[in-house]
Amino acid sequence: MALLFQLFIRFFYVGLFSIGGGLATLPFLYDLSDTMGWFTHGDVANMIAIAESTPGAIGVNMASYAGYNVSGILGGISATVGLVAPSIIIILIIARILNKFKENKYVEAVFLGLRPASIAMIAAAGMSVVKIALINIDAFQQTGQLLDLFVIKGIILAIIIYVVEKKTHWHPILLIAISAVVGIVFQFGV
Amino acid sequence: MKELVNLFVTFAKIGSVTFGGGYAMLPVLQREFVEKRGWATDEELMDYFAIGQCTPGIIAVNVSTFIGNKRKGVIGGIVATLGFVFVPCILLMIIAACLNNFAELEIVKNAFAGIRVAVCVLILNAVERLWKKSIVNKMALFIFTVVFLLSLFTSISPAILVILAAIVGIVYFMARGGNQ
Repeated sequence: MALLFQLFIRFFYVGLFSIGGGLATLPFLYDLSDTMGWFTHGDVANMIAIAESTPGAIGVNMASYAGYNVSGILGGISATVGLVAPSIIIILIIARILNKFKENKYVEAVFLGLRPASIAMIAAAGMSVVKIALINIDAFQQTGQLLDLFVIKGIILAIIIYVVEKKTHWHPILLIAISAVVGIVFQFGV
Repeated sequence: MKELVNLFVTFAKIGSVTFGGGYAMLPVLQREFVEKRGWATDEELMDYFAIGQCTPGIIAVNVSTFIGNKRKGVIGGIVATLGFVFVPCILLMIIAACLNNFAELEIVKNAFAGIRVAVCVLILNAVERLWKKSIVNKMALFIFTVVFLLSLFTSISPAILVILAAIVGIVYFMARGGNQ
């Protein structure tokens, strides 16, 4: 019981102090590894690979994984709930305040500034996925041939998905599933 | 009650296809909530992402709480968030229990290399759509360009970028004498 509570509290801290999402949780996870010994630094590195190959946020995945290793299923649940609890509390408070000032002209002005920033960060995140999925800088540096800079299979799939999405408006989940199958059949990971 | 179950199931669905960080959930959110159900607008999604960036916690979780709360109050916020983490939590416990070499499996590597291609196309599609709604004047174009370049080429915290953008928004508003 004490262990479950400790898992909850420790991951609550991680959730409370990592701002900016994704990799922002990493320093806190390394710290947790040093102070509690629940997992090693190597586990965190493995986790980055696992988190890239599983759905969900890396922080959540790490909490479930480490919590389970420390104390079974209840451990996994305690750590995960601990991690998301600060978000829930803080966002619920902010939502309430925002609702109150929705009509306020200054608040509207703030959002006119925030929206382009928000979309810029989403675009930048998209570009970083492009860098992993469609461009192969390592191969280019080794051979120096411009053609090796591009992942041809990936670019063909990207164009097909783009066209199919525009023409059919299929659900994104379906497009993701199809890409997974194409990836397996044509060995995209090699 | 039915609505809460609906909320949980929808977020469980979104949580199980959010590969590669919180932004990857955007195209699915647009489809499920803006187009199919009308539970939120594109503008609201952008606002939630911006706030989710500069508040503590994981962006995807913050956005889930926002939408759930908008739909069904405090309970809705909690249910949506638990729905979002449900599938990854179970999956990761299974991996911890018996599949420690999961990320090394050939089939997993291949599938995810494929998925990443879809994710980048879907994110860029979402950006294209939101662009029309958020880049409404020169100030917006300026903020977009600066934030895009800074987040691509520097490691400045997104929280700081969001706060700076808010300040620019306010200053622009006051400089125009309170007119947008």
